[in-house]
Amino acid sequence: MSTFALDQIQNQLPEALVERYVDRAGDAWGVIKPDQIPHVAKLLKERLGFRMFISMDGVDRLHLPPEEQDPRFEVVYFLRNVERNELARLKVRVNEGVEVHSIRSVFQGANWAERFVWDFYGVSFKGHGDLRRMLTYEEFKGHALRKDYPLRGRQGLIAERPIKDIFRGPGTNGVAE
Amino acid sequence: MASADDQYDPTPSDDELEAHLQTRNMVVNLGPSHPATHGTVRLRIELDGETIVSMDPEIGFLHRGFQKSCENVTWTQVLPYTDRLDYVASLANNFGYLSAVESLMGIEIPERAKYIRVIGAELHRIASHLTTIGASGLELGGFSAFLYAIEARELLTDRVTELTGARLTTSYGRIGGMNRDLPAGWEEKVLKSLIKLEELLDETDKLLTRNRIFTDRMRGTGVITTEDALDFGFTGPCIRANGVNYDVRKAKPYWAYDQLDFSVPLGNNGDNFDRFYLRVLETHQSLKIIRQCFKQMPGGPVMIDDWRIAMPPKENVYSSIEGVIAHFKLVMEGVPVPVGEIYHATESPNGELGWYLKSDGSGRPYKCHVRAPGFQILSGLAKMCVGRMLPDLIPTFDTINMIGGEVEQ
Repeated sequence: MSTFALDQIQNQLPEALVERYVDRAGDAWGVIKPDQIPHVAKLLKERLGFRMFISMDGVDRLHLPPEEQDPRFEVVYFLRNVERNELARLKVRVNEGVEVHSIRSVFQGANWAERFVWDFYGVSFKGHGDLRRMLTYEEFKGHALRKDYPLRGRQGLIAERPIKDIFRGPGTNGVAE
Repeated sequence: MASADDQYDPTPSDDELEAHLQTRNMVVNLGPSHPATHGTVRLRIELDGETIVSMDPEIGFLHRGFQKSCENVTWTQVLPYTDRLDYVASLANNFGYLSAVESLMGIEIPERAKYIRVIGAELHRIASHLTTIGASGLELGGFSAFLYAIEARELLTDRVTELTGARLTTSYGRIGGMNRDLPAGWEEKVLKSLIKLEELLDETDKLLTRNRIFTDRMRGTGVITTEDALDFGFTGPCIRANGVNYDVRKAKPYWAYDQLDFSVPLGNNGDNFDRFYLRVLETHQSLKIIRQCFKQMPGGPVMIDDWRIAMPPKENVYSSIEGVIAHFKLVMEGVPVPVGEIYHATESPNGELGWYLKSDGSGRPYKCHVRAPGFQILSGLAKMCVGRMLPDLIPTFDTINMIGGEVEQ
Protein backbone atom coordinates (compact mmCIF):
# COMPACT_ATOMS: atom_id res chain seq x y z
CA MET A 1 0.00 0.00 0.00
CA SER A 2 1.19 3.47 -0.75
CA THR A 3 2.95 5.31 2.03
CA PHE A 4 3.14 8.65 0.25
CA ALA A 5 1.53 10.63 3.06
CA LEU A 6 3.70 9.21 5.79
CA ASP A 7 6.86 9.53 3.73
CA GLN A 8 6.13 13.19 3.13
CA ILE A 9 5.41 13.79 6.80
CA GLN A 10 8.66 12.08 7.68
CA ASN A 11 10.55 14.27 5.23
CA GLN A 12 8.95 17.59 5.99
CA LEU A 13 7.87 17.39 9.64
CA PRO A 14 10.09 14.68 11.13
CA GLU A 15 9.69 15.89 14.72
CA ALA A 16 5.91 15.40 14.53
CA LEU A 17 6.06 11.69 13.78
CA VAL A 18 6.41 9.48 16.85
CA GLU A 19 6.26 6.12 15.10
CA ARG A 20 4.88 4.54 12.00
CA TYR A 21 3.73 1.01 11.51
CA VAL A 22 1.83 -1.20 9.13
CA ASP A 23 -1.34 -2.96 10.23
CA ARG A 24 -2.60 -6.48 9.40
CA ALA A 25 -4.10 -5.48 6.09
CA GLY A 26 -0.93 -3.79 4.91
CA ASP A 27 -2.08 -0.21 5.49
CA ALA A 28 0.32 2.33 6.92
CA TRP A 29 -0.43 4.26 10.11
CA GLY A 30 1.44 7.20 11.57
CA VAL A 31 1.46 8.21 15.23
CA ILE A 32 1.71 11.98 15.61
CA LYS A 33 2.45 14.15 18.64
CA PRO A 34 -0.68 15.80 20.10
CA ASP A 35 0.54 19.35 19.58
CA GLN A 36 1.77 18.72 16.06
CA ILE A 37 -1.38 17.29 14.55
CA PRO A 38 -2.66 20.64 13.18
CA HIS A 39 0.64 21.19 11.37
CA VAL A 40 0.51 17.70 9.93
CA ALA A 41 -3.12 18.17 8.91
CA LYS A 42 -2.26 21.48 7.27
CA LEU A 43 0.60 19.89 5.40
CA LEU A 44 -1.58 17.07 4.20
CA LYS A 45 -4.42 19.33 3.16
CA GLU A 46 -2.66 22.25 1.58
CA ARG A 47 0.43 20.80 0.04
CA LEU A 48 -0.25 17.11 -0.45
CA GLY A 49 -3.85 17.22 -1.62
CA PHE A 50 -5.53 15.29 1.21
CA ARG A 51 -8.50 17.58 1.14
CA MET A 52 -11.31 15.23 2.02
CA PHE A 53 -11.90 14.82 5.72
CA ILE A 54 -13.20 11.32 6.16
CA SER A 55 -13.54 10.71 9.86
CA MET A 56 -12.12 10.97 13.34
CA ASP A 57 -12.73 8.92 16.47
CA GLY A 58 -11.21 7.88 19.75
CA VAL A 59 -10.20 4.58 21.33
CA ASP A 60 -9.83 3.85 25.05
CA ARG A 61 -6.98 1.42 25.53
CA LEU A 62 -7.76 0.52 29.12
CA HIS A 63 -8.59 -3.11 28.39
CA LEU A 64 -5.72 -3.84 26.06
CA PRO A 65 -2.61 -5.76 27.19
CA PRO A 66 -0.51 -3.72 29.67
CA GLU A 67 2.18 -2.74 27.18
CA GLU A 68 -0.44 -0.94 25.11
CA GLN A 69 -2.25 0.83 27.89
CA ASP A 70 -0.18 3.93 28.21
CA PRO A 71 -1.08 6.52 26.90
CA ARG A 72 -4.68 5.69 27.53
CA PHE A 73 -6.51 7.38 24.72
CA GLU A 74 -5.92 7.19 21.03
CA VAL A 75 -7.53 9.62 18.60
CA VAL A 76 -7.57 8.32 15.04
CA TYR A 77 -7.83 10.52 11.96
CA PHE A 78 -8.66 9.52 8.38
CA LEU A 79 -7.99 11.92 5.53
CA ARG A 80 -8.40 11.13 1.88
CA ASN A 81 -6.70 12.35 -1.27
CA VAL A 82 -9.24 11.96 -4.03
CA GLU A 83 -6.86 12.59 -6.93
CA ARG A 84 -4.27 10.08 -5.78
CA ASN A 85 -6.95 7.80 -4.32
CA GLU A 86 -5.18 7.39 -1.01
CA LEU A 87 -6.14 7.39 2.61
CA ALA A 88 -3.90 8.86 5.30
CA ARG A 89 -4.32 7.16 8.68
CA LEU A 90 -3.02 9.10 11.66
CA LYS A 91 -3.16 8.56 15.36
CA VAL A 92 -2.52 10.69 18.39
CA ARG A 93 -1.97 9.06 21.77
CA VAL A 94 -2.71 11.02 24.94
CA ASN A 95 -3.27 10.36 28.56
CA GLU A 96 -6.13 11.73 30.54
CA GLY A 97 -5.90 15.46 30.97
CA VAL A 98 -3.56 16.08 28.07
CA GLU A 99 -5.09 18.19 25.35
CA VAL A 100 -4.83 17.41 21.67
CA HIS A 101 -4.57 20.45 19.46
CA SER A 102 -7.68 20.91 17.40
CA ILE A 103 -7.66 20.63 13.62
CA ARG A 104 -10.93 22.50 13.31
CA SER A 105 -9.10 25.45 11.78
CA VAL A 106 -7.77 23.17 9.05
CA PHE A 107 -10.80 20.96 8.37
CA GLN A 108 -14.27 22.27 9.12
CA GLY A 109 -15.54 18.71 9.24
CA ALA A 110 -13.49 18.09 12.37
CA ASN A 111 -15.83 20.32 14.37
CA TRP A 112 -18.42 17.68 15.10
CA ALA A 113 -15.96 14.81 15.17
CA GLU A 114 -13.90 16.46 17.91
CA ARG A 115 -17.02 17.21 19.89
CA PHE A 116 -17.89 13.52 19.56
CA VAL A 117 -14.50 12.45 20.93
CA TRP A 118 -14.82 14.94 23.79
CA ASP A 119 -18.34 13.74 24.58
CA PHE A 120 -17.56 10.05 24.61
CA TYR A 121 -13.94 9.89 25.71
CA GLY A 122 -13.19 13.10 27.53
CA VAL A 123 -10.24 14.03 25.33
CA SER A 124 -10.32 17.77 25.04
CA PHE A 125 -9.17 19.69 22.01
CA LYS A 126 -7.23 22.90 22.43
CA GLY A 127 -8.32 25.67 20.14
CA HIS A 128 -11.64 24.15 19.12
CA GLY A 129 -13.59 27.03 20.59
CA ASP A 130 -16.96 25.36 20.96
CA LEU A 131 -16.28 22.05 22.67
CA ARG A 132 -19.62 20.86 23.94
CA ARG A 133 -21.21 17.46 23.99
CA MET A 134 -22.35 16.05 20.69
CA LEU A 135 -24.78 13.19 21.09
CA THR A 136 -25.50 13.21 24.81
CA TYR A 137 -27.13 16.05 26.68
CA GLU A 138 -25.21 18.79 28.44
CA GLU A 139 -25.94 17.58 31.94
CA PHE A 140 -24.67 14.05 31.24
CA LYS A 141 -22.00 13.07 33.71
CA GLY A 142 -19.06 11.02 32.63
CA HIS A 143 -17.79 9.94 29.27
CA ALA A 144 -19.84 7.12 27.88
CA LEU A 145 -17.50 5.13 25.65
CA ARG A 146 -14.71 4.86 28.16
CA LYS A 147 -14.10 1.29 29.17
CA ASP A 148 -14.75 2.07 32.83
CA TYR A 149 -18.17 3.56 32.13
CA PRO A 150 -20.64 0.74 32.80
CA LEU A 151 -22.61 -0.70 29.91
CA ARG A 152 -25.87 -0.12 31.71
CA GLY A 153 -24.86 3.03 33.53
CA ARG A 154 -27.74 5.17 34.64
CA GLN A 155 -27.75 8.92 34.96
CA GLY A 156 -29.59 10.94 37.57
CA LEU A 157 -32.62 13.05 36.83
CA ILE A 158 -31.79 16.55 35.69
CA ALA A 159 -33.60 19.77 36.38
CA GLU A 160 -35.69 21.33 33.62
CA ARG A 161 -33.82 23.99 31.76
CA PRO A 162 -35.16 27.55 31.69
CA ILE A 163 -35.37 28.40 28.01
CA LYS A 164 -34.91 32.09 27.45
CA ASP A 165 -33.77 32.16 23.88
CA ILE A 166 -36.75 30.77 22.03
CA PHE A 167 -39.40 33.13 20.68
CA ARG A 168 -42.70 31.96 22.04
CA GLY A 169 -45.04 34.16 20.07
CA PRO A 170 -46.60 37.59 20.43
CA GLY A 171 -47.23 38.87 23.93
CA THR A 172 -44.53 36.81 25.55
CA ASN A 173 -41.71 39.27 25.15
CA GLY A 174 -39.45 39.05 28.17
CA VAL A 175 -41.03 35.92 29.59
CA ALA A 176 -38.24 33.61 30.69
CA GLU A 177 -40.06 30.30 30.89
CA MET B 1 -50.16 69.48 -7.11
CA ALA B 2 -46.96 71.35 -6.42
CA SER B 3 -46.05 73.79 -9.17
CA ALA B 4 -42.50 74.54 -10.17
CA ASP B 5 -42.05 77.76 -8.14
CA ASP B 6 -43.37 76.42 -4.84
CA GLN B 7 -40.76 76.39 -2.10
CA TYR B 8 -42.65 73.99 0.13
CA ASP B 9 -43.18 70.48 -1.21
CA PRO B 10 -46.09 68.94 0.70
CA THR B 11 -45.28 65.39 -0.40
CA PRO B 12 -43.92 63.79 2.73
CA SER B 13 -40.59 61.99 2.55
CA ASP B 14 -40.25 58.40 3.57
CA ASP B 15 -38.42 59.21 6.78
CA GLU B 16 -41.33 61.22 8.17
CA LEU B 17 -43.87 58.52 7.58
CA GLU B 18 -42.05 55.48 8.83
CA ALA B 19 -41.95 54.71 12.48
CA HIS B 20 -38.52 53.77 13.67
CA LEU B 21 -38.67 50.05 14.01
CA GLN B 22 -36.32 48.23 16.28
CA THR B 23 -36.05 44.76 14.95
CA ARG B 24 -34.72 41.81 16.77
CA ASN B 25 -33.73 38.52 15.30
CA MET B 26 -36.13 35.73 16.02
CA VAL B 27 -34.92 32.40 17.28
CA VAL B 28 -37.07 29.47 16.31
CA ASN B 29 -36.79 25.75 16.77
CA LEU B 30 -37.17 23.52 13.77
CA GLY B 31 -37.62 21.03 16.52
CA PRO B 32 -36.73 17.41 16.86
CA SER B 33 -40.13 16.32 15.64
CA HIS B 34 -41.18 18.25 12.60
CA PRO B 35 -43.17 17.11 9.58
CA ALA B 36 -40.67 18.53 7.11
CA THR B 37 -37.46 17.16 8.53
CA HIS B 38 -36.40 13.56 8.25
CA GLY B 39 -35.18 12.14 11.46
CA THR B 40 -34.92 13.79 14.81
CA VAL B 41 -32.72 16.85 14.52
CA ARG B 42 -33.21 20.05 16.42
CA LEU B 43 -32.24 23.05 14.32
CA ARG B 44 -32.00 26.19 16.36
CA ILE B 45 -32.37 28.89 13.74
CA GLU B 46 -31.92 32.60 14.20
CA LEU B 47 -33.98 34.46 11.65
CA ASP B 48 -33.93 37.99 10.33
CA GLY B 49 -37.19 38.06 8.45
CA GLU B 50 -36.84 34.97 6.31
CA THR B 51 -33.09 34.98 6.14
CA ILE B 52 -31.25 32.53 8.30
CA VAL B 53 -28.64 34.41 10.27
CA SER B 54 -27.27 31.45 12.13
CA MET B 55 -28.14 27.84 12.54
CA ASP B 56 -27.10 25.31 15.12
CA PRO B 57 -28.12 21.68 14.58
CA GLU B 58 -28.44 19.65 17.75
CA ILE B 59 -28.50 15.89 17.37
CA GLY B 60 -28.47 13.00 19.75
CA PHE B 61 -32.16 12.26 20.05
CA LEU B 62 -31.71 8.86 18.45
CA HIS B 63 -28.43 7.90 20.05
CA ARG B 64 -28.80 4.27 21.11
CA GLY B 65 -25.29 3.42 22.16
CA PHE B 66 -24.31 1.43 19.09
CA GLN B 67 -20.61 1.44 19.77
CA LYS B 68 -20.93 0.55 23.44
CA SER B 69 -23.31 -2.31 22.61
CA CYS B 70 -20.97 -3.63 19.94
CA GLU B 71 -18.08 -3.73 22.37
CA ASN B 72 -20.06 -6.11 24.55
CA VAL B 73 -21.24 -8.74 22.08
CA THR B 74 -19.49 -11.08 19.68
CA TRP B 75 -18.64 -10.13 16.13
CA THR B 76 -21.63 -12.00 14.73
CA GLN B 77 -24.00 -10.49 17.24
CA VAL B 78 -23.08 -7.00 16.03
CA LEU B 79 -24.91 -7.70 12.78
CA PRO B 80 -28.46 -6.89 13.96
CA TYR B 81 -27.16 -3.62 15.42
CA THR B 82 -25.87 -2.64 12.02
CA ASP B 83 -29.32 -3.02 10.43
CA ARG B 84 -30.51 -0.18 12.52
CA LEU B 85 -27.88 2.29 11.45
CA ASP B 86 -29.06 3.38 8.03
CA TYR B 87 -32.44 1.81 8.39
CA VAL B 88 -33.57 2.66 4.88
CA ALA B 89 -30.74 0.67 3.31
CA SER B 90 -29.95 -1.93 5.92
CA LEU B 91 -28.39 -4.45 3.54
CA ALA B 92 -25.74 -1.88 2.70
CA ASN B 93 -24.86 -1.56 6.38
CA ASN B 94 -24.86 -5.30 6.96
CA PHE B 95 -22.61 -6.06 4.05
CA GLY B 96 -20.35 -3.11 4.77
CA TYR B 97 -19.72 -4.36 8.28
CA LEU B 98 -19.22 -7.94 7.16
CA SER B 99 -16.74 -6.88 4.50
CA ALA B 100 -14.80 -4.89 7.05
CA VAL B 101 -14.55 -7.88 9.39
CA GLU B 102 -13.56 -10.14 6.52
CA SER B 103 -10.83 -7.70 5.49
CA LEU B 104 -9.58 -7.61 9.06
CA MET B 105 -9.46 -11.40 9.12
CA GLY B 106 -7.99 -11.58 5.65
CA ILE B 107 -10.51 -14.09 4.29
CA GLU B 108 -12.15 -14.21 0.88
CA ILE B 109 -15.80 -15.00 0.40
CA PRO B 110 -17.03 -17.19 -2.48
CA GLU B 111 -17.82 -15.56 -5.86
CA ARG B 112 -21.51 -16.22 -5.61
CA ALA B 113 -21.67 -14.53 -2.23
CA LYS B 114 -20.01 -11.45 -3.70
CA TYR B 115 -22.62 -11.20 -6.43
CA ILE B 116 -25.45 -11.67 -3.95
CA ARG B 117 -24.00 -8.87 -1.84
CA VAL B 118 -23.87 -6.60 -4.87
CA ILE B 119 -27.48 -7.39 -5.70
CA GLY B 120 -28.62 -6.76 -2.14
CA ALA B 121 -26.69 -3.53 -1.82
CA GLU B 122 -27.94 -2.23 -5.15
CA LEU B 123 -31.55 -3.11 -4.33
CA HIS B 124 -31.29 -1.08 -1.18
CA ARG B 125 -29.51 1.69 -3.00
CA ILE B 126 -32.53 1.92 -5.27
CA ALA B 127 -34.84 1.85 -2.26
CA SER B 128 -32.95 4.63 -0.51
CA HIS B 129 -32.77 6.81 -3.60
CA LEU B 130 -36.47 6.30 -4.27
CA THR B 131 -37.24 7.48 -0.77
CA THR B 132 -35.14 10.61 -1.23
CA ILE B 133 -36.54 11.33 -4.68
CA GLY B 134 -40.10 10.91 -3.49
CA ALA B 135 -39.50 12.86 -0.33
CA SER B 136 -38.10 15.76 -2.37
CA GLY B 137 -41.47 16.00 -4.02
CA LEU B 138 -43.24 15.54 -0.71
CA GLU B 139 -41.40 18.31 1.10
CA LEU B 140 -42.20 20.77 -1.64
CA GLY B 141 -45.86 19.87 -1.67
CA GLY B 142 -46.16 17.17 -4.33
CA PHE B 143 -47.57 14.29 -2.38
CA SER B 144 -48.34 12.05 -5.38
CA ALA B 145 -44.75 11.79 -6.51
CA PHE B 146 -43.87 10.50 -3.07
CA LEU B 147 -46.55 7.84 -3.25
CA TYR B 148 -45.35 6.58 -6.63
CA ALA B 149 -41.81 6.35 -5.30
CA ILE B 150 -42.97 4.53 -2.19
CA GLU B 151 -45.04 2.12 -4.26
CA ALA B 152 -41.90 1.32 -6.20
CA ARG B 153 -40.00 0.90 -2.95
CA GLU B 154 -42.69 -1.45 -1.65
CA LEU B 155 -42.00 -3.78 -4.56
CA LEU B 156 -38.39 -3.91 -3.50
CA THR B 157 -39.28 -4.36 0.14
CA ASP B 158 -41.38 -7.37 -0.79
CA ARG B 159 -38.46 -8.87 -2.66
CA VAL B 160 -36.10 -8.20 0.21
CA THR B 161 -38.58 -9.78 2.60
CA GLU B 162 -38.60 -12.91 0.47
CA LEU B 163 -34.82 -12.90 0.54
CA THR B 164 -34.06 -12.12 4.15
CA GLY B 165 -37.28 -12.56 6.07
CA ALA B 166 -37.69 -8.98 7.24
CA ARG B 167 -38.73 -5.73 5.64
CA LEU B 168 -36.37 -3.40 7.39
CA THR B 169 -34.01 -5.09 9.79
CA THR B 170 -32.57 -7.62 7.44
CA SER B 171 -29.48 -9.01 9.22
CA TYR B 172 -28.59 -10.85 6.05
CA GLY B 173 -25.17 -12.31 5.53
CA ARG B 174 -22.59 -13.69 7.90
CA ILE B 175 -18.87 -13.32 8.34
CA GLY B 176 -17.52 -15.45 5.52
CA GLY B 177 -20.39 -15.17 3.07
CA MET B 178 -24.16 -15.39 3.17
CA ASN B 179 -26.21 -17.50 5.50
CA ARG B 180 -28.79 -18.49 2.88
CA ASP B 181 -28.72 -18.66 -0.86
CA LEU B 182 -31.32 -16.88 -3.01
CA PRO B 183 -34.81 -18.39 -2.77
CA ALA B 184 -36.10 -20.41 -5.72
CA GLY B 185 -37.81 -18.26 -8.30
CA TRP B 186 -36.57 -15.04 -6.72
CA GLU B 187 -34.51 -13.99 -9.68
CA GLU B 188 -37.48 -13.91 -12.08
CA LYS B 189 -39.59 -12.06 -9.54
CA VAL B 190 -36.92 -9.45 -9.06
CA LEU B 191 -36.48 -8.92 -12.79
CA LYS B 192 -40.22 -8.48 -13.22
CA SER B 193 -40.34 -6.09 -10.25
CA LEU B 194 -37.55 -4.07 -11.78
CA ILE B 195 -39.58 -3.58 -14.96
CA LYS B 196 -42.51 -2.27 -12.95
CA LEU B 197 -40.14 -0.21 -10.85
CA GLU B 198 -38.68 1.45 -13.90
CA GLU B 199 -42.17 2.49 -15.01
CA LEU B 200 -42.91 4.00 -11.60
CA LEU B 201 -39.55 5.71 -11.52
CA ASP B 202 -40.25 7.23 -14.92
CA GLU B 203 -43.61 8.50 -13.72
CA THR B 204 -42.04 10.09 -10.67
CA ASP B 205 -39.32 11.54 -12.84
CA LYS B 206 -41.87 13.01 -15.24
CA LEU B 207 -43.76 14.59 -12.37
CA LEU B 208 -40.72 16.24 -10.85
CA THR B 209 -37.67 16.75 -13.00
CA ARG B 210 -39.06 19.19 -15.52
CA ASN B 211 -41.67 20.62 -13.23
CA ARG B 212 -41.25 24.37 -13.19
CA ILE B 213 -42.23 24.80 -9.57
CA PHE B 214 -39.94 21.99 -8.50
CA THR B 215 -36.92 23.20 -10.41
CA ASP B 216 -37.41 26.79 -9.29
CA ARG B 217 -37.19 25.71 -5.71
CA MET B 218 -34.39 23.22 -6.17
CA ARG B 219 -32.05 24.91 -8.61
CA GLY B 220 -29.59 27.24 -7.00
CA THR B 221 -30.63 26.43 -3.45
CA GLY B 222 -28.49 24.65 -0.90
CA VAL B 223 -25.34 25.40 -2.86
CA ILE B 224 -22.01 24.43 -1.39
CA THR B 225 -18.61 24.97 -2.93
CA THR B 226 -16.42 21.99 -3.69
CA GLU B 227 -13.77 23.23 -1.27
CA ASP B 228 -16.22 23.34 1.59
CA ALA B 229 -17.79 20.06 0.65
CA LEU B 230 -14.43 18.28 0.75
CA ASP B 231 -13.55 20.06 3.96
CA PHE B 232 -16.65 18.83 5.70
CA GLY B 233 -16.25 15.32 4.38
CA PHE B 234 -19.15 15.05 1.98
CA THR B 235 -19.18 11.77 0.12
CA GLY B 236 -21.61 10.00 -2.14
CA PRO B 237 -24.24 11.89 -4.15
CA CYS B 238 -23.56 15.07 -2.21
CA ILE B 239 -19.95 15.34 -3.37
CA ARG B 240 -20.65 13.97 -6.85
CA ALA B 241 -23.17 16.78 -7.29
CA ASN B 242 -20.19 19.11 -7.09
CA GLY B 243 -18.41 17.26 -9.84
CA VAL B 244 -15.88 15.39 -7.72
CA ASN B 245 -15.63 11.91 -9.16
CA TYR B 246 -15.33 9.88 -6.00
CA ASP B 247 -17.24 6.63 -5.66
CA VAL B 248 -15.83 3.89 -3.47
CA ARG B 249 -17.14 1.27 -5.90
CA LYS B 250 -14.78 2.63 -8.54
CA ALA B 251 -11.98 3.93 -6.34
CA LYS B 252 -11.43 0.75 -4.34
CA PRO B 253 -13.62 -1.92 -5.93
CA TYR B 254 -14.90 -4.57 -3.60
CA TRP B 255 -17.12 -7.64 -4.06
CA ALA B 256 -17.85 -7.98 -7.76
CA TYR B 257 -17.85 -4.31 -8.79
CA ASP B 258 -14.68 -4.54 -10.81
CA GLN B 259 -16.35 -7.06 -13.11
CA LEU B 260 -19.48 -5.00 -13.66
CA ASP B 261 -20.02 -2.27 -16.19
CA PHE B 262 -21.66 0.84 -14.79
CA SER B 263 -21.02 4.54 -14.84
CA VAL B 264 -21.06 7.08 -12.05
CA PRO B 265 -23.11 10.19 -12.84
CA LEU B 266 -21.68 13.57 -11.84
CA GLY B 267 -23.32 16.90 -11.27
CA ASN B 268 -21.76 20.29 -11.68
CA ASN B 269 -23.54 22.84 -9.52
CA GLY B 270 -23.60 21.40 -6.05
CA ASP B 271 -27.17 22.55 -5.54
CA ASN B 272 -30.27 20.66 -4.49
CA PHE B 273 -31.39 19.84 -7.98
CA ASP B 274 -28.11 18.19 -8.85
CA ARG B 275 -28.23 16.07 -5.69
CA PHE B 276 -31.79 15.08 -6.54
CA TYR B 277 -31.26 14.28 -10.20
CA LEU B 278 -28.02 12.46 -9.50
CA ARG B 279 -30.00 10.01 -7.43
CA VAL B 280 -32.42 9.42 -10.31
CA LEU B 281 -29.50 8.65 -12.61
CA GLU B 282 -27.83 6.45 -10.04
CA THR B 283 -31.03 4.45 -9.71
CA HIS B 284 -30.91 3.71 -13.42
CA GLN B 285 -27.30 2.60 -13.06
CA SER B 286 -28.23 0.33 -10.17
CA LEU B 287 -30.90 -1.31 -12.28
CA LYS B 288 -28.25 -1.99 -14.90
CA ILE B 289 -25.93 -3.46 -12.29
CA ILE B 290 -28.57 -5.81 -10.89
CA ARG B 291 -29.46 -7.13 -14.32
CA GLN B 292 -25.81 -7.77 -15.12
CA CYS B 293 -25.32 -9.53 -11.82
CA PHE B 294 -28.11 -11.96 -12.48
CA LYS B 295 -26.58 -12.81 -15.84
CA GLN B 296 -23.02 -13.15 -14.60
CA MET B 297 -23.57 -14.78 -11.24
CA PRO B 298 -21.88 -18.16 -10.92
CA GLY B 299 -23.30 -21.09 -9.02
CA GLY B 300 -21.55 -22.60 -6.08
CA PRO B 301 -21.35 -22.17 -2.34
CA VAL B 302 -22.35 -18.97 -0.66
CA MET B 303 -20.40 -19.47 2.52
CA ILE B 304 -16.74 -20.01 3.14
CA ASP B 305 -15.85 -23.62 3.75
CA ASP B 306 -14.03 -23.13 7.02
CA TRP B 307 -15.78 -24.28 10.16
CA ARG B 308 -13.74 -22.00 12.34
CA ILE B 309 -15.58 -19.09 10.75
CA ALA B 310 -18.81 -20.44 9.29
CA MET B 311 -21.33 -22.49 11.19
CA PRO B 312 -21.19 -26.16 10.18
CA PRO B 313 -24.35 -27.69 8.70
CA LYS B 314 -26.69 -29.03 11.34
CA GLU B 315 -26.33 -32.66 10.24
CA ASN B 316 -22.63 -32.43 11.00
CA VAL B 317 -23.26 -30.78 14.34
CA TYR B 318 -25.43 -33.67 15.39
CA SER B 319 -23.34 -36.46 13.94
CA SER B 320 -19.64 -35.60 14.08
CA ILE B 321 -17.40 -34.45 16.89
CA GLU B 322 -15.76 -31.79 14.71
CA GLY B 323 -19.15 -30.31 14.00
CA VAL B 324 -20.03 -30.16 17.66
CA ILE B 325 -16.76 -28.54 18.61
CA ALA B 326 -16.89 -26.03 15.76
CA HIS B 327 -20.45 -25.09 16.62
CA PHE B 328 -19.60 -24.75 20.29
CA LYS B 329 -16.59 -22.55 19.69
CA LEU B 330 -18.43 -20.32 17.29
CA VAL B 331 -21.36 -19.79 19.57
CA MET B 332 -19.49 -19.46 22.85
CA GLU B 333 -16.31 -17.73 21.81
CA GLY B 334 -17.27 -16.01 18.60
CA VAL B 335 -15.52 -15.83 15.27
CA PRO B 336 -11.73 -15.78 15.76
CA VAL B 337 -10.83 -12.31 14.54
CA PRO B 338 -7.09 -11.77 15.03
CA VAL B 339 -5.57 -8.81 16.85
CA GLY B 340 -5.37 -5.75 14.65
CA GLU B 341 -7.24 -2.82 13.24
CA ILE B 342 -8.57 -1.82 9.89
CA TYR B 343 -10.40 0.97 8.13
CA HIS B 344 -12.67 -0.38 5.40
CA ALA B 345 -15.20 1.56 3.37
CA THR B 346 -18.08 0.68 1.09
CA GLU B 347 -20.41 2.90 -0.90
CA SER B 348 -23.74 3.11 0.84
CA PRO B 349 -26.55 5.09 -0.82
CA ASN B 350 -25.64 8.17 1.22
CA GLY B 351 -21.93 8.12 0.70
CA GLU B 352 -18.86 6.40 2.02
CA LEU B 353 -19.79 4.15 4.90
CA GLY B 354 -16.52 3.52 6.66
CA TRP B 355 -15.78 1.07 9.43
CA TYR B 356 -12.82 1.38 11.77
CA LEU B 357 -12.63 -1.92 13.58
CA LYS B 358 -10.14 -2.78 16.26
CA SER B 359 -9.81 -6.29 17.58
CA ASP B 360 -7.96 -7.51 20.63
CA GLY B 361 -8.23 -11.20 19.82
CA SER B 362 -11.14 -11.98 22.12
CA GLY B 363 -14.41 -12.80 20.43
CA ARG B 364 -15.73 -9.24 20.80
CA PRO B 365 -14.93 -6.05 18.94
CA TYR B 366 -12.69 -3.75 20.93
CA LYS B 367 -13.78 -0.73 18.98
CA CYS B 368 -16.35 -0.51 16.23
CA HIS B 369 -16.45 2.97 14.74
CA VAL B 370 -18.93 3.68 11.98
CA ARG B 371 -18.06 6.54 9.71
CA ALA B 372 -21.61 7.53 8.89
CA PRO B 373 -21.84 9.59 5.71
CA GLY B 374 -24.75 11.53 7.16
CA PHE B 375 -22.76 12.77 10.15
CA GLN B 376 -20.30 14.77 8.09
CA ILE B 377 -22.95 15.97 5.65
CA LEU B 378 -25.20 17.16 8.45
CA SER B 379 -22.34 19.10 9.99
CA GLY B 380 -22.12 20.97 6.70
CA LEU B 381 -25.79 21.85 6.70
CA ALA B 382 -25.21 25.13 8.50
CA LYS B 383 -22.78 26.17 5.77
CA MET B 384 -25.35 25.42 3.09
CA CYS B 385 -28.18 27.32 4.73
CA VAL B 386 -26.81 30.31 6.59
CA GLY B 387 -27.39 33.55 4.75
CA ARG B 388 -30.11 32.04 2.62
CA MET B 389 -33.84 31.88 3.06
CA LEU B 390 -35.66 29.63 5.46
CA PRO B 391 -37.79 27.87 2.81
CA ASP B 392 -34.58 26.80 1.07
CA LEU B 393 -33.64 24.85 4.15
CA ILE B 394 -36.41 22.34 3.59
CA PRO B 395 -35.34 20.91 0.22
CA THR B 396 -31.69 21.10 1.34
CA PHE B 397 -32.39 19.03 4.40
CA ASP B 398 -34.17 16.54 2.24
CA THR B 399 -31.63 16.09 -0.53
CA ILE B 400 -28.79 15.43 1.88
CA ASN B 401 -30.76 12.39 3.02
CA MET B 402 -29.82 12.46 6.63
CA ILE B 403 -30.83 9.20 8.25
CA GLY B 404 -31.04 9.62 12.01
CA GLY B 405 -29.94 6.10 12.75
CA GLU B 406 -26.53 6.33 11.15
CA VAL B 407 -25.78 9.90 12.21
CA GLU B 408 -26.48 9.21 15.82
CA GLN B 409 -25.55 5.56 16.00
